Amino acid sequence: MSHILVANEVTKQFGSHTALKNVSLEIPKNSIYGLLGPNGAGKTTLIRIINQITFPDQGAVYFDGELLKSEHIAQIGYLPEERGLYKSMKVGEQALYLAQLKGLSKSEAKKRLKYWFERLEIGDWWNKKIQELSKGMAQKIQFVVTVLHEPKLLIFDEPFSGFDPINANIIKEQILSLKENGTSIIFSTHRMESVEELCEYIALIHKSEKILDGKLSDIKKAYKNNIFEIGLETRNQEALLLEMKDKFQILTQEYDSTENQLNLRVQLPSDQSGEILSFLGARANVNGFIETIPSANDIFIKTIKNKNIDHE
Amino acid sequence: MNKLPLIIKREYIAKVRNKSFVVMTFLSPILMVGMILLIAYLTQLNDTEKKVIGVLNESDYFANEFVTSEATSYINFQDITLAQAKDSTMNMGFYGLIYLPNEPNLERVAQRAFFYSKDAPSATVLDKLENSITGRLRQERLQELGLSPKEYAEMDRSYNINIETFDGLQNIKGINEIKAIIGGAFGYLIMMFIIIYGGFVMRSVIEEKTSRIIEVIISSVKPFHLMMGKIIGTSLAGITQFGIWIISGTILLFIGLAIFDIDPASLTNNDRMTSGMVSSANVDVDALTQNIQLYAQEIFDLPIFAMLFFFIVYFVLGYLIYSSIYAAIGAAVDNETDTQQFIFPVILPLMLAIYVGFFSVFSNPNGPIAVAFSLFPLTSPIVMLMRLPWGIGEGGVPVWQLITSIVILIATFIGIVWVAAKIYRVGILMYGKKPSYKELYKWLKYSS
Repeated sequence: MSHILVANEVTKQFGSHTALKNVSLEIPKNSIYGLLGPNGAGKTTLIRIINQITFPDQGAVYFDGELLKSEHIAQIGYLPEERGLYKSMKVGEQALYLAQLKGLSKSEAKKRLKYWFERLEIGDWWNKKIQELSKGMAQKIQFVVTVLHEPKLLIFDEPFSGFDPINANIIKEQILSLKENGTSIIFSTHRMESVEELCEYIALIHKSEKILDGKLSDIKKAYKNNIFEIGLETRNQEALLLEMKDKFQILTQEYDSTENQLNLRVQLPSDQSGEILSFLGARANVNGFIETIPSANDIFIKTIKNKNIDHE
Repeated sequence: MNKLPLIIKREYIAKVRNKSFVVMTFLSPILMVGMILLIAYLTQLNDTEKKVIGVLNESDYFANEFVTSEATSYINFQDITLAQAKDSTMNMGFYGLIYLPNEPNLERVAQRAFFYSKDAPSATVLDKLENSITGRLRQERLQELGLSPKEYAEMDRSYNINIETFDGLQNIKGINEIKAIIGGAFGYLIMMFIIIYGGFVMRSVIEEKTSRIIEVIISSVKPFHLMMGKIIGTSLAGITQFGIWIISGTILLFIGLAIFDIDPASLTNNDRMTSGMVSSANVDVDALTQNIQLYAQEIFDLPIFAMLFFFIVYFVLGYLIYSSIYAAIGAAVDNETDTQQFIFPVILPLMLAIYVGFFSVFSNPNGPIAVAFSLFPLTSPIVMLMRLPWGIGEGGVPVWQLITSIVILIATFIGIVWVAAKIYRVGILMYGKKPSYKELYKWLKYSS
């Protein structure tokens, strides 16, 4: 079985409000899967269904090939977006309690806590109360508690909110190293730059429906529009431009006369760039040639806009 | 793996470690015992102050009436005028002066007798004096009717009517009050426990909501387990607190009594017989001890084990019903100030039960109101316990009522916990506006 989690036509309603409508997902093992969507799209509901906090009205969820059941809770780690800890409880006791709730024995939990506290350099907080810690420190504890029982599937909902850039980076490294060690990760966010950095697969949920999913690189390929950015060094730019306009569709052009630098954006009919390269190579010195690939953010906005237009 | 014990343990430890809980636990008995000791000490102080009363007896009567007793000494003045007697009384700092003028008959002596004192005299002193004179007057009147003093002494005894139920059980006056106090104490205890610890459960739920740990926890355990763990853990903390109160209170009380040398009997406010008639006093004392034995007998005859058993049954069921309502309220709101509108309807039946108990059950333990409220599930834990001291079966609570009441209570318990768990489950993940009753009703229809 190559998928850690499969959701099949999951529908969930709250009263008259449909939170999820026939959502199907396949989350491959040992990958980072981005669950994207605007606020209120249904991401949290889907995550809660995976965590068995709530249950689907229709459809089914399979974990590692089996129908999702309560035993799977111990193999899932969840860092909710709305997270917190008991304010007046000591860090160590609290972490032990939460680990035991996930089914770890007390001694095992203690051993692993020591390891993680050392790894994240938070060893001397054991007897401190959460209310004495800063928000970022509390978030670190929260992260440790989430991963402590070494789940097969980790679900992070906006994991970097509340972290300063340095600590966010530490957490990012930890997430990547967990993935290296074989953990599958669902990463829910609407911050696209972290998607670009981390995710191999994404699914886009909008207005309770999944409107896009797949491998990020495939999606990007599908969304590219054969626009190339070209940089040329030439002295007779006017003649060159005249000649080019007959053959290619030039979107923008700018010329720096002191450097003799001409920058162009060109729309090609296909992604076959050989023809334009040989054409330009014969006439000027090509010092820049790059295909513009849409960012996840562009895809996100474009898809949702298209979807909204479809609806209207 | 069952995680309920883990949750119970955490809730229990979190509660008993709480600073205000610790302070309450250890300060309350000290305050209570201190107050009891203070009252007892002051009462004793009041009692030990021996009053000296001067007697100026110019009449031919009252030679034996004013005898020095434990609380009062009488000093007889002789051959001085009233004015001189008043002066001496004042100068010597006596409490007062009783003046009995020289008149031809007792009737007139009594009419013209005066008591002089510096301030307004205390009611007990006046009572004593009046009782003495009344006794003497009655004796005189009966002698006129031809009764010898000896016969009079034999005649004067206090009387209590003998009470028996139809099936021949002997009964005594006042036992109903004692039963009422015992039943009331049980009922009151349940009400206090529900209000205090139900509130704790509610605040604990709100705390989990506001600290936002709730979603972390219910991704590991079922909300129902969390709710029940919370209710059970909190009630165990409550029982611990009550236990500490009872044990430390008792110890402190005895230590205090020993230190301050207070007679425990002075706490039990028993009016000593103050009859002037020495001969009849013996009879009274006998009657008193006999009565005490009867009361003791009656109290021992109370269905103690049945009462304790049903106390636990009603206590557990009642507490579970109410605290799950409290948990649901805590889940429905975001902060404590929003709880008011939901709390009032919860406290209402409790208050009603106590009032019905005190005003209806005690006067007529098997009357229709008492029966109705001891069957209605939200009041039965309190009202039924107030009825139980009158026994089970004949003469007391009919067995069918007891069974019906418990069955209704269990059914309600299941229903309420189910409803509360639903509201709890939806509520703990809802933030933002304060829900209305209509919205709570809508939550019930959400599938989990």
